[in-house]
Amino acid sequence: MFSRSVAIIIAGMTFAAPALAQDAIIVQSTTSTANSGLYDHLLPIFAEETGIDVNVVAVGTGQAIKNARNCDGDVLLVHAKPAEEKFVEDGRGVSRSDLMYNDFIIVGPGDDPAGVRGMEDVQTALQQIAQTGALFASRGDDSGTHKKEIALWSDTGIDPTTASGGWYRETGSGMGATLNAAQGMAAYAMTDRATWLSFRNKGDFDILVQGDADMFNQYGVILVNPAVCPSVKAEAGQAFIDWLLSEAGQGAIAAYTLDGEQLFFPNAKG
Amino acid sequence: MSDISDALHMAGQLVLHRDADLIEIVALSLHVSLSAVAIACLVGLPLGALLAITRFPGRGAVLTLVNALMGLPPVVVGLIVYLHLSRAGPLGFLGLLYTPTAMIIAQTILITPIVAALSRQVLEDLHAEYADQFRSFALSRRQTMQALIWDARYSLLTVALAGFGRAVAEVGAVMIVGGNIDHLTRVMTTAIALETSRGDLALAMALGMVLMALALGVNAAVHGVRLTAARQAHA
Repeated sequence: MFSRSVAIIIAGMTFAAPALAQDAIIVQSTTSTANSGLYDHLLPIFAEETGIDVNVVAVGTGQAIKNARNCDGDVLLVHAKPAEEKFVEDGRGVSRSDLMYNDFIIVGPGDDPAGVRGMEDVQTALQQIAQTGALFASRGDDSGTHKKEIALWSDTGIDPTTASGGWYRETGSGMGATLNAAQGMAAYAMTDRATWLSFRNKGDFDILVQGDADMFNQYGVILVNPAVCPSVKAEAGQAFIDWLLSEAGQGAIAAYTLDGEQLFFPNAKG
Repeated sequence: MSDISDALHMAGQLVLHRDADLIEIVALSLHVSLSAVAIACLVGLPLGALLAITRFPGRGAVLTLVNALMGLPPVVVGLIVYLHLSRAGPLGFLGLLYTPTAMIIAQTILITPIVAALSRQVLEDLHAEYADQFRSFALSRRQTMQALIWDARYSLLTVALAGFGRAVAEVGAVMIVGGNIDHLTRVMTTAIALETSRGDLALAMALGMVLMALALGVNAAVHGVRLTAARQAHA
Protein backbone atom coordinates (compact mmCIF):
# COMPACT_ATOMS: atom_id res chain seq x y z
CA MET A 1 0.00 0.00 0.00
CA PHE A 2 2.73 2.44 0.94
CA SER A 3 4.94 1.73 -2.05
CA ARG A 4 1.95 2.28 -4.29
CA SER A 5 1.20 5.56 -2.53
CA VAL A 6 4.74 6.73 -3.04
CA ALA A 7 4.57 5.85 -6.73
CA ILE A 8 1.36 7.82 -7.09
CA ILE A 9 2.86 10.78 -5.26
CA ILE A 10 5.85 10.84 -7.54
CA ALA A 11 3.62 10.50 -10.58
CA GLY A 12 1.44 13.31 -9.27
CA MET A 13 4.37 15.62 -8.81
CA THR A 14 5.79 14.91 -12.22
CA PHE A 15 2.40 15.74 -13.63
CA ALA A 16 2.27 18.87 -11.52
CA ALA A 17 5.75 20.02 -12.50
CA PRO A 18 5.14 23.05 -14.68
CA ALA A 19 6.69 23.34 -18.06
CA LEU A 20 8.94 26.24 -17.11
CA ALA A 21 9.66 27.70 -20.51
CA GLN A 22 13.21 27.05 -21.61
CA ASP A 23 13.87 30.76 -21.87
CA ALA A 24 12.17 31.91 -18.69
CA ILE A 25 14.38 33.75 -16.23
CA ILE A 26 13.75 34.68 -12.62
CA VAL A 27 14.36 38.24 -11.50
CA GLN A 28 14.73 38.84 -7.78
CA SER A 29 13.38 42.31 -7.28
CA THR A 30 11.71 44.70 -4.91
CA THR A 31 8.09 45.26 -4.00
CA SER A 32 8.42 48.93 -4.97
CA THR A 33 9.09 48.15 -8.63
CA ALA A 34 6.55 45.33 -8.81
CA ASN A 35 3.72 47.10 -6.96
CA SER A 36 4.08 50.17 -9.14
CA GLY A 37 3.14 48.11 -12.20
CA LEU A 38 6.45 48.79 -13.96
CA TYR A 39 7.04 45.13 -14.82
CA ASP A 40 3.55 44.73 -16.23
CA HIS A 41 4.53 47.51 -18.60
CA LEU A 42 8.08 46.38 -19.46
CA LEU A 43 7.91 42.60 -19.61
CA PRO A 44 5.41 42.18 -22.47
CA ILE A 45 7.55 44.52 -24.62
CA PHE A 46 10.71 42.57 -23.80
CA ALA A 47 9.01 39.21 -24.33
CA GLU A 48 7.77 40.28 -27.73
CA GLU A 49 11.22 41.42 -28.83
CA THR A 50 13.16 38.42 -27.57
CA GLY A 51 10.75 35.59 -26.74
CA ILE A 52 12.21 35.46 -23.24
CA ASP A 53 9.72 35.22 -20.38
CA VAL A 54 10.65 37.01 -17.18
CA ASN A 55 9.28 35.85 -13.82
CA VAL A 56 9.52 38.41 -11.06
CA VAL A 57 9.80 37.53 -7.39
CA ALA A 58 9.01 40.73 -5.50
CA VAL A 59 10.40 40.87 -1.97
CA GLY A 60 12.36 43.39 0.09
CA THR A 61 15.84 44.25 -1.19
CA GLY A 62 17.46 42.44 1.73
CA GLN A 63 15.59 39.23 1.02
CA ALA A 64 16.07 39.58 -2.75
CA ILE A 65 19.84 39.72 -2.25
CA LYS A 66 19.73 36.73 0.10
CA ASN A 67 17.69 34.74 -2.40
CA ALA A 68 20.17 35.65 -5.15
CA ARG A 69 23.04 34.60 -2.86
CA ASN A 70 21.31 31.21 -2.70
CA CYS A 71 21.34 31.16 -6.52
CA ASP A 72 17.54 31.38 -6.58
CA GLY A 73 17.39 33.85 -9.42
CA ASP A 74 19.16 34.92 -12.60
CA VAL A 75 19.00 38.68 -12.30
CA LEU A 76 18.93 40.99 -9.28
CA LEU A 77 17.15 44.34 -9.65
CA VAL A 78 17.10 46.25 -6.36
CA HIS A 79 17.82 49.62 -4.76
CA ALA A 80 20.53 49.55 -2.11
CA LYS A 81 23.79 50.47 -3.80
CA PRO A 82 26.24 49.61 -0.99
CA ALA A 83 24.65 46.16 -0.53
CA GLU A 84 24.61 45.62 -4.31
CA GLU A 85 28.29 46.53 -4.59
CA LYS A 86 29.10 44.15 -1.77
CA PHE A 87 27.17 41.43 -3.62
CA VAL A 88 29.37 41.95 -6.69
CA GLU A 89 32.58 42.27 -4.62
CA ASP A 90 31.79 38.94 -2.98
CA GLY A 91 31.74 37.40 -6.44
CA ARG A 92 28.01 36.61 -6.32
CA GLY A 93 27.20 39.03 -9.13
CA VAL A 94 28.95 39.66 -12.45
CA SER A 95 28.75 43.45 -12.45
CA ARG A 96 26.39 46.19 -11.38
CA SER A 97 24.87 48.86 -13.62
CA ASP A 98 22.85 51.92 -12.71
CA LEU A 99 19.42 51.47 -14.26
CA MET A 100 16.99 54.17 -13.16
CA TYR A 101 16.05 56.33 -10.20
CA ASN A 102 13.19 57.99 -8.48
CA ASP A 103 13.07 59.50 -5.04
CA PHE A 104 11.93 58.88 -1.51
CA ILE A 105 9.28 61.02 0.11
CA ILE A 106 7.78 61.31 3.58
CA VAL A 107 4.03 60.96 3.69
CA GLY A 108 1.79 61.51 6.66
CA PRO A 109 -1.63 62.50 7.96
CA GLY A 110 -3.12 65.64 6.47
CA ASP A 111 -3.32 67.40 9.85
CA ASP A 112 0.48 66.99 10.12
CA PRO A 113 0.95 66.86 13.94
CA ALA A 114 4.72 67.44 13.67
CA GLY A 115 4.34 70.38 11.30
CA VAL A 116 6.73 69.18 8.61
CA ARG A 117 4.61 69.92 5.56
CA GLY A 118 6.49 71.58 2.75
CA MET A 119 9.94 70.95 4.24
CA GLU A 120 12.72 70.13 1.83
CA ASP A 121 15.42 69.34 4.36
CA VAL A 122 14.76 65.77 5.42
CA GLN A 123 17.08 65.97 8.46
CA THR A 124 15.11 68.83 10.00
CA ALA A 125 11.84 67.07 9.24
CA LEU A 126 12.95 63.83 10.93
CA GLN A 127 14.30 65.76 13.94
CA GLN A 128 11.01 67.54 14.29
CA ILE A 129 9.04 64.28 14.11
CA ALA A 130 11.29 62.79 16.81
CA GLN A 131 11.07 65.87 19.04
CA THR A 132 7.28 66.09 18.89
CA GLY A 133 7.03 62.34 19.40
CA ALA A 134 4.66 62.03 16.44
CA LEU A 135 4.20 58.44 15.31
CA PHE A 136 6.56 57.20 12.59
CA ALA A 137 6.06 53.86 10.86
CA SER A 138 9.31 52.23 9.73
CA ARG A 139 9.66 49.20 7.47
CA GLY A 140 12.05 47.56 9.92
CA ASP A 141 12.67 44.75 7.42
CA ASP A 142 16.18 45.33 6.07
CA SER A 143 14.74 46.41 2.72
CA GLY A 144 16.31 49.05 0.49
CA THR A 145 13.88 51.65 1.78
CA HIS A 146 14.60 50.64 5.38
CA LYS A 147 18.36 50.85 4.85
CA LYS A 148 17.91 54.32 3.37
CA GLU A 149 15.71 55.42 6.27
CA ILE A 150 18.30 54.19 8.81
CA ALA A 151 21.01 56.14 6.97
CA LEU A 152 18.89 59.32 7.06
CA TRP A 153 18.22 58.92 10.80
CA SER A 154 21.90 58.37 11.50
CA ASP A 155 22.64 61.70 9.71
CA THR A 156 20.37 63.42 12.22
CA GLY A 157 22.22 61.89 15.16
CA ILE A 158 18.98 60.46 16.51
CA ASP A 159 18.64 56.74 17.18
CA PRO A 160 14.90 56.16 16.75
CA THR A 161 15.14 52.50 17.75
CA THR A 162 15.44 53.58 21.39
CA ALA A 163 11.79 54.63 20.98
CA SER A 164 10.83 51.40 19.19
CA GLY A 165 7.31 50.47 20.22
CA GLY A 166 6.78 54.06 21.37
CA TRP A 167 6.50 56.74 18.68
CA TYR A 168 8.83 54.73 16.39
CA ARG A 169 6.90 51.72 15.06
CA GLU A 170 8.80 49.06 13.13
CA THR A 171 6.25 47.07 11.14
CA GLY A 172 8.68 44.45 9.85
CA SER A 173 6.75 44.22 6.59
CA GLY A 174 6.65 45.44 3.00
CA MET A 175 6.10 48.97 1.80
CA GLY A 176 2.39 48.58 1.12
CA ALA A 177 1.71 46.87 4.45
CA THR A 178 3.67 49.59 6.22
CA LEU A 179 1.68 52.31 4.45
CA ASN A 180 -1.55 50.56 5.44
CA ALA A 181 -0.29 50.46 9.03
CA ALA A 182 0.77 54.10 8.93
CA GLN A 183 -2.68 54.94 7.59
CA GLY A 184 -4.29 53.02 10.45
CA MET A 185 -2.16 54.71 13.15
CA ALA A 186 -1.97 58.16 11.50
CA ALA A 187 1.81 57.81 11.48
CA TYR A 188 4.43 59.34 9.19
CA ALA A 189 6.21 56.99 6.84
CA MET A 190 8.99 57.13 4.29
CA THR A 191 8.25 55.56 0.94
CA ASP A 192 9.54 55.64 -2.61
CA ARG A 193 7.48 57.83 -4.87
CA ALA A 194 6.47 55.04 -7.27
CA THR A 195 4.87 52.94 -4.53
CA TRP A 196 3.06 55.99 -3.20
CA LEU A 197 1.68 57.03 -6.60
CA SER A 198 0.33 53.56 -7.26
CA PHE A 199 -0.93 53.06 -3.68
CA ARG A 200 -4.71 53.08 -3.49
CA ASN A 201 -5.37 53.40 0.26
CA LYS A 202 -4.15 57.00 0.59
CA GLY A 203 -6.96 58.23 2.84
CA ASP A 204 -6.20 61.76 4.03
CA PHE A 205 -2.43 61.26 3.65
CA ASP A 206 -0.34 63.73 1.68
CA ILE A 207 3.24 63.96 0.54
CA LEU A 208 4.73 66.21 3.22
CA VAL A 209 8.48 66.16 2.66
CA GLN A 210 10.19 65.88 -0.71
CA GLY A 211 12.95 67.31 -2.84
CA ASP A 212 16.05 66.72 -0.67
CA ALA A 213 19.05 65.48 -2.66
CA ASP A 214 19.57 62.92 0.12
CA MET A 215 16.26 61.29 -0.84
CA PHE A 216 17.58 60.09 -4.20
CA ASN A 217 16.64 56.45 -4.87
CA GLN A 218 18.91 54.65 -7.31
CA TYR A 219 18.05 51.25 -8.78
CA GLY A 220 20.74 48.90 -10.06
CA VAL A 221 20.70 45.68 -12.04
CA ILE A 222 23.09 42.74 -11.65
CA LEU A 223 23.50 39.38 -13.38
CA VAL A 224 23.92 36.62 -10.80
CA ASN A 225 27.34 35.07 -11.35
CA PRO A 226 27.02 31.83 -13.39
CA ALA A 227 30.51 30.81 -12.28
CA VAL A 228 29.20 30.60 -8.70
CA CYS A 229 25.65 29.56 -9.55
CA PRO A 230 25.67 27.08 -12.47
CA SER A 231 21.85 27.17 -12.61
CA VAL A 232 21.91 30.79 -13.77
CA LYS A 233 20.62 31.32 -17.32
CA ALA A 234 23.40 33.73 -18.11
CA GLU A 235 22.54 34.32 -21.76
CA ALA A 236 18.88 35.12 -21.25
CA GLY A 237 19.63 37.07 -18.06
CA GLN A 238 22.27 39.17 -19.81
CA ALA A 239 19.87 39.74 -22.73
CA PHE A 240 17.34 41.17 -20.27
CA ILE A 241 19.94 43.42 -18.66
CA ASP A 242 21.28 44.57 -22.03
CA TRP A 243 17.77 45.42 -23.15
CA LEU A 244 17.00 47.36 -19.95
CA LEU A 245 20.17 49.40 -20.42
CA SER A 246 19.63 49.90 -24.16
CA GLU A 247 17.87 52.86 -25.69
CA ALA A 248 14.74 50.78 -26.19
CA GLY A 249 14.63 49.62 -22.56
CA GLN A 250 15.44 53.02 -21.12
CA GLY A 251 12.77 54.55 -23.34
CA ALA A 252 10.23 52.00 -22.15
CA ILE A 253 11.03 52.81 -18.50
CA ALA A 254 10.61 56.54 -19.16
CA ALA A 255 7.35 55.91 -20.99
CA TYR A 256 5.72 54.27 -17.96
CA THR A 257 3.38 56.72 -16.30
CA LEU A 258 0.57 56.51 -13.78
CA ASP A 259 -2.10 59.21 -13.78
CA GLY A 260 0.15 61.23 -16.04
CA GLU A 261 3.16 61.08 -13.72
CA GLN A 262 6.42 59.42 -14.66
CA LEU A 263 7.41 56.90 -11.96
CA PHE A 264 10.98 55.98 -12.85
CA PHE A 265 13.71 57.98 -14.53
CA PRO A 266 16.18 55.94 -16.59
CA ASN A 267 19.84 56.81 -16.01
CA ALA A 268 21.93 53.99 -17.43
CA LYS A 269 25.34 55.16 -18.56
CA GLY A 270 24.90 54.54 -22.27
CA MET B 1 -17.62 50.28 5.24
CA SER B 2 -17.76 51.57 1.69
CA ASP B 3 -14.78 49.30 0.98
CA ILE B 4 -16.89 46.27 1.82
CA SER B 5 -19.79 47.25 -0.43
CA ASP B 6 -17.28 48.14 -3.16
CA ALA B 7 -15.75 44.72 -2.64
CA LEU B 8 -19.09 42.95 -2.98
CA HIS B 9 -19.77 44.80 -6.19
CA MET B 10 -16.29 44.09 -7.52
CA ALA B 11 -16.47 40.41 -6.59
CA GLY B 12 -19.70 40.16 -8.57
CA GLN B 13 -18.10 41.89 -11.55
CA LEU B 14 -15.03 39.65 -11.46
CA VAL B 15 -17.13 36.52 -11.46
CA LEU B 16 -19.70 37.76 -13.98
CA HIS B 17 -17.08 38.81 -16.50
CA ARG B 18 -15.08 35.62 -16.01
CA ASP B 19 -11.97 37.71 -15.64
CA ALA B 20 -9.19 35.70 -17.37
CA ASP B 21 -6.56 36.44 -14.72
CA LEU B 22 -8.99 35.48 -11.98
CA ILE B 23 -9.79 32.15 -13.63
CA GLU B 24 -6.09 31.38 -13.94
CA ILE B 25 -5.50 32.18 -10.27
CA VAL B 26 -8.54 30.21 -9.09
CA ALA B 27 -7.52 27.22 -11.22
CA LEU B 28 -4.01 27.24 -9.77
CA SER B 29 -5.36 27.55 -6.22
CA LEU B 30 -7.55 24.51 -6.78
CA HIS B 31 -4.81 22.57 -8.55
CA VAL B 32 -2.29 23.18 -5.77
CA SER B 33 -4.58 22.66 -2.78
CA LEU B 34 -6.50 19.67 -4.18
CA SER B 35 -3.23 17.97 -5.17
CA ALA B 36 -1.92 18.59 -1.66
CA VAL B 37 -5.10 17.12 -0.15
CA ALA B 38 -4.90 14.05 -2.41
CA ILE B 39 -1.29 13.35 -1.47
CA ALA B 40 -1.92 14.12 2.20
CA CYS B 41 -4.77 11.57 2.18
CA LEU B 42 -2.65 8.93 0.44
CA VAL B 43 -0.08 9.28 3.20
CA GLY B 44 -2.19 10.46 6.13
CA LEU B 45 -5.10 8.01 5.99
CA PRO B 46 -2.99 4.81 6.11
CA LEU B 47 -0.85 6.43 8.77
CA GLY B 48 -3.93 7.38 10.79
CA ALA B 49 -5.35 3.88 10.39
CA LEU B 50 -2.09 2.26 11.42
CA LEU B 51 -1.86 4.45 14.52
CA ALA B 52 -5.51 3.69 15.30
CA ILE B 53 -5.16 -0.09 15.40
CA THR B 54 -1.64 -0.69 16.65
CA ARG B 55 -0.28 -0.55 20.17
CA PHE B 56 3.43 -0.05 20.71
CA PRO B 57 5.68 1.51 23.33
CA GLY B 58 5.89 5.28 22.87
CA ARG B 59 2.55 5.38 21.03
CA GLY B 60 1.30 8.15 23.30
CA ALA B 61 4.29 10.28 22.43
CA VAL B 62 3.79 9.66 18.69
CA LEU B 63 0.11 10.62 18.93
CA THR B 64 0.99 13.79 20.83
CA LEU B 65 3.57 14.65 18.17
CA VAL B 66 1.16 14.08 15.27
CA ASN B 67 -1.50 16.13 17.03
CA ALA B 68 0.97 18.94 17.73
CA LEU B 69 2.05 18.98 14.07
CA MET B 70 -1.50 20.01 13.16
CA GLY B 71 -0.45 23.41 14.43
CA LEU B 72 2.56 23.75 12.10
CA PRO B 73 2.87 27.44 11.21
CA PRO B 74 2.61 27.79 7.40
CA VAL B 75 5.42 30.33 7.26
CA VAL B 76 7.77 27.91 9.04
CA VAL B 77 6.83 25.10 6.64
CA GLY B 78 7.46 27.53 3.78
CA LEU B 79 10.86 28.39 5.17
CA ILE B 80 11.85 24.74 5.66
CA VAL B 81 10.77 23.83 2.12
CA TYR B 82 12.51 26.94 0.77
CA LEU B 83 15.78 25.99 2.47
CA HIS B 84 15.58 22.50 0.95
CA LEU B 85 14.51 23.51 -2.56
CA SER B 86 16.72 26.58 -2.83
CA ARG B 87 19.57 26.16 -5.33
CA ALA B 88 21.86 26.39 -2.31
CA GLY B 89 19.86 23.67 -0.51
CA PRO B 90 20.15 19.87 -0.64
CA LEU B 91 17.36 19.47 -3.24
CA GLY B 92 18.25 22.58 -5.22
CA PHE B 93 19.35 20.54 -8.23
CA LEU B 94 15.69 19.66 -8.87
CA GLY B 95 14.97 23.28 -9.77
CA LEU B 96 11.58 23.17 -8.07
CA LEU B 97 11.63 26.49 -6.21
CA TYR B 98 9.09 29.01 -7.53
CA THR B 99 6.98 26.30 -9.20
CA PRO B 100 3.50 24.98 -8.36
CA THR B 101 5.16 21.68 -7.38
CA ALA B 102 7.01 23.44 -4.57
CA MET B 103 3.71 24.87 -3.39
CA ILE B 104 2.09 21.42 -3.43
CA ILE B 105 4.99 20.01 -1.40
CA ALA B 106 4.69 22.76 1.22
CA GLN B 107 0.93 22.41 1.58
CA THR B 108 1.19 18.61 1.70
CA ILE B 109 3.60 18.86 4.63
CA LEU B 110 1.24 21.32 6.27
CA ILE B 111 -1.90 19.19 6.07
CA THR B 112 -0.69 15.57 6.23
CA PRO B 113 -0.56 15.77 10.06
CA ILE B 114 -4.13 17.10 10.07
CA VAL B 115 -5.36 14.20 7.96
CA ALA B 116 -3.36 11.67 9.99
CA ALA B 117 -4.37 12.99 13.41
CA LEU B 118 -8.08 13.45 12.68
CA SER B 119 -8.42 10.15 10.80
CA ARG B 120 -6.63 8.36 13.64
CA GLN B 121 -9.27 9.59 16.06
CA VAL B 122 -12.19 8.67 13.77
CA LEU B 123 -10.80 5.22 12.97
CA GLU B 124 -9.82 4.42 16.54
CA ASP B 125 -13.37 5.06 17.74
CA LEU B 126 -14.74 2.91 14.94
CA HIS B 127 -12.22 0.19 15.62
CA ALA B 128 -13.26 0.02 19.28
CA GLU B 129 -16.81 -0.59 18.07
CA TYR B 130 -15.90 -3.39 15.64
CA ALA B 131 -12.88 -4.88 17.39
CA ASP B 132 -14.64 -8.14 18.28
CA GLN B 133 -15.99 -8.66 14.77
CA PHE B 134 -12.60 -8.03 13.20
CA ARG B 135 -11.07 -10.55 15.58
CA SER B 136 -13.69 -13.19 14.73
CA PHE B 137 -12.98 -12.73 10.99
CA ALA B 138 -9.26 -13.04 11.74
CA LEU B 139 -8.48 -10.08 9.47
CA SER B 140 -4.91 -9.14 8.83
CA ARG B 141 -3.72 -5.71 9.91
CA ARG B 142 -3.86 -4.48 6.36
CA GLN B 143 -7.37 -5.79 5.82
CA THR B 144 -8.48 -4.21 9.07
CA MET B 145 -7.08 -0.84 7.99
CA GLN B 146 -8.79 -1.10 4.61
CA ALA B 147 -12.11 -2.13 6.15
CA LEU B 148 -11.96 0.72 8.66
CA ILE B 149 -11.11 3.36 6.05
CA TRP B 150 -13.88 2.10 3.75
CA ASP B 151 -16.43 2.01 6.52
CA ALA B 152 -15.53 5.51 7.76
CA ARG B 153 -15.25 7.00 4.26
CA TYR B 154 -17.89 9.67 4.81
CA SER B 155 -16.38 10.87 8.07
CA LEU B 156 -12.98 10.83 6.38
CA LEU B 157 -14.33 13.12 3.65
CA THR B 158 -14.84 15.72 6.36
CA VAL B 159 -11.26 15.10 7.46
CA ALA B 160 -10.10 15.73 3.89
CA LEU B 161 -12.18 18.91 3.80
CA ALA B 162 -10.50 20.14 6.97
CA GLY B 163 -7.17 19.63 5.22
CA PHE B 164 -8.40 21.37 2.08
CA GLY B 165 -9.65 24.32 4.12
CA ARG B 166 -6.29 24.75 5.76
CA ALA B 167 -4.42 24.41 2.46
CA VAL B 168 -6.50 26.74 0.33
CA ALA B 169 -6.53 29.43 3.03
CA GLU B 170 -2.84 29.57 3.89
CA VAL B 171 -0.59 32.24 2.44
CA GLY B 172 2.65 32.00 4.43
CA ALA B 173 4.04 28.86 2.84
CA VAL B 174 3.04 29.39 -0.80
CA MET B 175 4.28 32.98 -0.72
CA ILE B 176 7.80 31.87 0.21
CA VAL B 177 8.17 28.78 -2.00
CA GLY B 178 6.01 30.02 -4.89
CA GLY B 179 7.15 33.63 -4.95
CA ASN B 180 3.72 34.94 -6.05
CA ILE B 181 4.91 35.08 -9.67
CA ASP B 182 2.25 36.40 -12.04
CA HIS B 183 0.90 33.72 -14.43
CA LEU B 184 3.09 31.07 -12.80
CA THR B 185 2.65 30.72 -9.04
CA ARG B 186 0.08 33.34 -8.08
CA VAL B 187 -2.85 31.85 -6.14
CA MET B 188 -5.86 33.41 -4.44
CA THR B 189 -4.23 34.06 -1.07
CA THR B 190 -1.01 35.55 -2.48
CA ALA B 191 -3.06 37.71 -4.85
CA ILE B 192 -5.05 38.98 -1.86
CA ALA B 193 -1.81 39.75 0.00
CA LEU B 194 -0.49 41.58 -3.08
CA GLU B 195 -3.58 43.75 -3.52
CA THR B 196 -3.54 44.54 0.21
CA SER B 197 0.05 45.71 -0.11
CA ARG B 198 -0.97 47.84 -3.07
CA GLY B 199 -3.54 49.46 -0.81
CA ASP B 200 -6.36 48.26 -3.04
CA LEU B 201 -8.36 46.97 -0.10
CA ALA B 202 -11.62 46.69 -2.03
CA LEU B 203 -10.09 44.44 -4.69
CA ALA B 204 -8.32 42.40 -2.00
CA MET B 205 -11.61 41.93 -0.19
CA ALA B 206 -13.38 41.04 -3.45
CA LEU B 207 -10.80 38.32 -4.08
CA GLY B 208 -11.33 37.17 -0.49
CA MET B 209 -15.03 36.79 -1.17
CA VAL B 210 -14.35 34.78 -4.31
CA LEU B 211 -12.04 32.54 -2.27
CA MET B 212 -14.72 31.99 0.35
CA ALA B 213 -17.26 31.20 -2.36
CA LEU B 214 -14.78 28.72 -3.81
CA ALA B 215 -14.36 26.97 -0.45
CA LEU B 216 -18.12 26.91 -0.08
CA GLY B 217 -18.45 25.39 -3.56
CA VAL B 218 -15.98 22.60 -2.86
CA ASN B 219 -17.67 21.80 0.45
CA ALA B 220 -21.10 21.80 -1.18
CA ALA B 221 -19.85 19.50 -3.95
CA VAL B 222 -18.48 17.04 -1.42
CA HIS B 223 -21.68 17.21 0.58
CA GLY B 224 -23.62 16.47 -2.62
CA VAL B 225 -21.46 13.47 -3.41
CA ARG B 226 -21.98 12.19 0.11
CA LEU B 227 -25.75 12.58 -0.03
CA THR B 228 -26.03 10.83 -3.39
CA ALA B 229 -23.83 7.98 -2.26
CA ALA B 230 -25.78 7.60 0.98
CA ARG B 231 -29.08 7.52 -0.91
CA GLN B 232 -27.79 4.86 -3.29
CA ALA B 233 -26.56 2.81 -0.39
CA HIS B 234 -30.00 2.81 1.19
CA ALA B 235 -31.93 2.31 -2.04
